Amino acid sequence: MRLAVITFPGSNCDRDMAVALEKVSGTAPIRVWHGDADLPERLDFIALPGGFSYGDYLRSGAMAANSPIMRAVKEAAGRGVPVLGVCNGFQVLAEAGLLPGALMRNAVQTFICRTVPLVVENAQSLFTGGYTPGQEIRIPVAHHDGNYFADEATLDRLEGEGRIAFRYKEACNGSRRDIAGILNETGTVLGMMPHPERAIEDDLGSIDGRALFESAIKGLVGA
Amino acid sequence: MKVRVHVSLKPGVLDPQGRAVHHALEGMGFAGIEDVRIGRLIELEVAEGTTDAALDEMCRKLLANMVIENYRIEKLPQIERAA
Repeated sequence: MRLAVITFPGSNCDRDMAVALEKVSGTAPIRVWHGDADLPERLDFIALPGGFSYGDYLRSGAMAANSPIMRAVKEAAGRGVPVLGVCNGFQVLAEAGLLPGALMRNAVQTFICRTVPLVVENAQSLFTGGYTPGQEIRIPVAHHDGNYFADEATLDRLEGEGRIAFRYKEACNGSRRDIAGILNETGTVLGMMPHPERAIEDDLGSIDGRALFESAIKGLVGA
Repeated sequence: MKVRVHVSLKPGVLDPQGRAVHHALEGMGFAGIEDVRIGRLIELEVAEGTTDAALDEMCRKLLANMVIENYRIEKLPQIERAA
């Protein structure tokens, strides 16, 4: 199994992401630098970690979305290689056009850093198959720009196609329809603001993120 | 050629920063403020031959996020510099 974690200048959850993937899969992910033009060959899974790529200059994720490696990530995603973007990774995916909508400044204007309850809306995707529909899980958030915005037509389409993976149980950051994570059309790209990689062991305060990685890895083995 | 790109939030997109500044101005005693929206000004120095199409592409691909923002391109008249 070949997993990759992309590191941008300013990423700071790349190690946590790599540790989570290794603990669940037993395989250490390949670490890829943003300036590389090509991804390692025959990848089975790509993770875009949280952080503050390029210091959040211009807009969160905007610079990273146009970095050399993202051309290769877009191409891989187009071939169906699963891509998980967490926090800044979600912002990068939205800026790169791999997921619809945009992540704006939190409506409350403050950085939000706490563990929040989420509701699993879609429990059938590669990433969420380890949960049950409507299950409540606890995952930490840590972001300033997590306020999900899309126009009404796009939101209706996401709802209709079952592409809302997770919703905040309580209003969190001003996100439209309390959206915390969404899938692409094929269910192979997931972007989410909460950090499942920070919830994989009891020592971390929650193990509710573990099922996401287990489900994804199991799906890869089965594929 | 000097070009200014004015990036603003689309109408209908909530601007929490603008709202906070609005409240602050009112708190300072300024009356009659209807609305405050915060945007971004980007100044570029580009080669003379840079086309409008190229400037548009820069805006659409990077300088503005078309999901939430509009942009306006302003080309500044060239000021002759003394030799």
